[in-house]
Amino acid sequence: MEQIKKYNLNHLRELEAESIYVLREVAAQFENPALLFSGGKDSIILVHLSVKAFWPARIPFPLVHIDTGHNFEETIVFRDELTKKIGAQLIVGSVQESIDEGKAVEETGYNASRNLLQTTTLLDTIEKNKFDAAIGGGRRDEEKARAKERFFSHRDEFGQWDPKNQRPELWNIFNGKKNMGENFRVFPISNWTEMDVWQYIYMENIDIPDLYYTHVREVFKRDGVWLANAPFMTRKPSEKVERLRVRCRTIGDISCTGLTESMADSLEEIIQEIAATRITERGGRADDKRSDAAMEDRKKEGYF
Amino acid sequence: MMQEEEFSSKAYLDMELLRFTTAGSVDDGKSTLIGRLLYDSKSIFEDQLEAVKRASIKKGNETVDLSLLTDGLRAEREQGITIDVAYRYFATPKRKFIIADTPGHVQYTRNMVTGASTANAAIILIDARNGVTEQTHRHTFIASLLMIPHIVVCVNKMDLVDYTEEAYEEIKNNFSDFAAKLAVKDVRFVPISALKGDNVVEKSKKMPWYHGGTLRYILENIHIGSDHNHIDARFPIQYVVRPQRDEFHDFRGYAGRVAGGVFRIGERVKVLPSGFTSKVKSIISHTKELKEAFPPMSVIITLEDDIDISRGDMIVKENNGPKIGQDLDIMMCWMSEKPMMLNGKYAIKHTTADARCLIKDVKYKVNVNTLEKVTDDKSIGLNEIARVSIRTTKPLFYDSYRQNRKTGAIILIDEATNTTVGAGMIV
Repeated sequence: MEQIKKYNLNHLRELEAESIYVLREVAAQFENPALLFSGGKDSIILVHLSVKAFWPARIPFPLVHIDTGHNFEETIVFRDELTKKIGAQLIVGSVQESIDEGKAVEETGYNASRNLLQTTTLLDTIEKNKFDAAIGGGRRDEEKARAKERFFSHRDEFGQWDPKNQRPELWNIFNGKKNMGENFRVFPISNWTEMDVWQYIYMENIDIPDLYYTHVREVFKRDGVWLANAPFMTRKPSEKVERLRVRCRTIGDISCTGLTESMADSLEEIIQEIAATRITERGGRADDKRSDAAMEDRKKEGYF
Repeated sequence: MMQEEEFSSKAYLDMELLRFTTAGSVDDGKSTLIGRLLYDSKSIFEDQLEAVKRASIKKGNETVDLSLLTDGLRAEREQGITIDVAYRYFATPKRKFIIADTPGHVQYTRNMVTGASTANAAIILIDARNGVTEQTHRHTFIASLLMIPHIVVCVNKMDLVDYTEEAYEEIKNNFSDFAAKLAVKDVRFVPISALKGDNVVEKSKKMPWYHGGTLRYILENIHIGSDHNHIDARFPIQYVVRPQRDEFHDFRGYAGRVAGGVFRIGERVKVLPSGFTSKVKSIISHTKELKEAFPPMSVIITLEDDIDISRGDMIVKENNGPKIGQDLDIMMCWMSEKPMMLNGKYAIKHTTADARCLIKDVKYKVNVNTLEKVTDDKSIGLNEIARVSIRTTKPLFYDSYRQNRKTGAIILIDEATNTTVGAGMIV
C-alpha cells in the first residue's frame, strides 16, 4: 500500500524517521529518561516508535502512567497488556496517593477534574525516580501554546516551562545539557498532526483501545459536550443520562474526555470522519476550555 | 478542500512533506497569507475560528483578524506581535506542509535562522507598494546563508497597485539583481493579494498577464527530491544497540540517521576516527531488512567486522570521506544576549559529536541589511552574524555547509548556563 519513490520518503516515513531520531537522542543524551504513557493514541504511537527505534533491544526506558484514578477501565487493561507484550517496566504515579498524602487537594463542584492535580503527581514521580527526561506525546497542532514548544523542552528545578526563554532549536541538533535538578520534557511527535497519527496507526496496523471505535455508553451533555457517566461524576439535575453510540477522539481522564457521536468501527471510517470533521480534537477537552491560556498556564507549572 | 474532494487514504499515504519558512511582520500581510493558506485548505477548525472571532470582537476589530490564529503565547496576544517561531500544519491532497512562522524584524534574526534551518523552501513577502527593501535583503540573505534550496518571492498587495504588470516586473528585476550576489539556486515569483485571495489558492482573474501557477500550486510542485545530498555517504552514530537477550546475543548495531549519500549492503565502509574498514552486513529498520538507506532515514547498520564504535563516530564510504580537522571557519549567528567572547570557550555540538571549542578570531561581521562586511568591530552580540575561526578540542568529521546541511552545521553552548548561544555554518 505504500510506495517509496526513488530516494524519497513519503511524509509519514519522514515523520517516523524524525521521531525515531529524537527518541534515540533521548536514550543517548540522558541518564534516566521515562516515557509518559496515558493510554491514549499519541502515547501508544510513542511506544510503537520506541520499539522500532531500539529493536532488537528492548526500549531503554520505563513507561510512566500518571493515574488520576478516574480512568476508563479499558485504558488500564490495554496499558497492562501492552507493557507485558513489549517487556517494559511500568511505573504508576497515583493522584489518589498525592491527595491522601495531602500534596494535592481534590477539586469540588460540577466541573471538578483531577487533570490539574496530575501536575503535582507528575512532578513528584519525576523527582522520586530521578528522571532527567520525560518523553510525552504532545503535538504542536493540538493547541496554540504547544505550537511554540521545542522537541527538547527545558524545565527548571521546579518543573516549570518558561515560554519566553526557550532554547533555540536548530537543524536536528538537540541540546539536552542541564544543571543538577533540572530536567527535560521531550516531544518526539511534535510535527505530527491528528491526521498523521491516524494514518500511521492505519499504515502500521497498531492496536488501540476499543474506546476509539463506536460503542454504546451512558453519557450526559455538559456545555455542548458528551461526557461519560461514571460513579465519581457529579451531574446537575438538568443533565440527563442517555445511552448513545459514541467513540473517543482523545482519551484522557474520564472527567474531561468528550465523546463524539459516531458509528465508525474501523480505522478507515475513523479517518474519513476526521477528514470531514470541523472541530479540533481538543475542542472536546474540558481542561482546555477553562481560559484562553489554560494550556500555557498549566505547562508553565509543569504539566506536559 | 478536504471535505469536498473525495478523501483517499491511499493518496494520503503517498504524500511528500515540504517544510517552508515565512518571515515577515504583520504589515507585510504575512499572518493574513498564512491564515489564507490554512483557511482555504480547510486546516482551520470551527472552534478555532470561533475563538478568533471572539478575540477579534474583544479587541474591537470590525473584521475577523486571521492573524490571531497564529499568535500562541499570552504575551504575544497582549502585544500583538510574534516573539517565537511557531509551527503550523496543513495538507492539500498533494502534499503535507509544515510552516515555520517567524517574526521578521531585525531583532528576531535568531528566530528567522532557527526557522530556516530545517526548511526546504522560503517564502519572501514583498509589499508591492514598497518594492525591495532592507527587510527583503535581510530575509533573502538569511535564506541563502542557511542554504534553503527554494525561494518563492510573493509580491503581495497587488490589489493596491491596480494589479499592474509593470509594478510586478520592476520588483522582480530588482530582486533578481540583488539575488545574483547571493547563493540562491531556485527563485520563483508570484504576484498575489493575500487579503483578496488572488493567486494564493485560486488563480486571479485580475492579472491575466501572469501565466505562472498560484502560490499553492508552486508549493505543491517544487521538486524536493534532490534537496538532500545523495552523493557523499555520511552516517553519524547516534546510539549503539546491544540487546541483552539470548536470540540476539552477538548483535551489535549502530543506530543513526543517514546524513548524506546512499548506504548499501555489501559495500565497503570506513569508520571515523579509527579509520578501520569493513563491509555493511545489514541495514535494519525494526524487523525489516533493507537493501539500502538514504537521507533522512533512521536505521540501524551492522558491520561484518567487530570494530570499537561509539556515539559521535561516523561511518563513511572508503573512498569518499569528509574533512577532518580542529580548525574551522564558521558563519556564526549569535543567539544570546550575552555577547560572544573572543578567546572564550564554549561547548560545541556537531552531528552526534560533542566537544569544546575556543573562539580564536572574528574575521568580519555582516550587516544583514546591506550585506556589507564590517572588519573593524569584533564584538558580536545578539542577532549578529559574523565569520569566525574556532579551534575544537578534538577533530570533527565535517563537510562544508554548502555541501551538506547536516554535516556542515554546529551549535555552541554556554558552559555556565547550558543554553544554546550560537548557530554556525561551516565554510
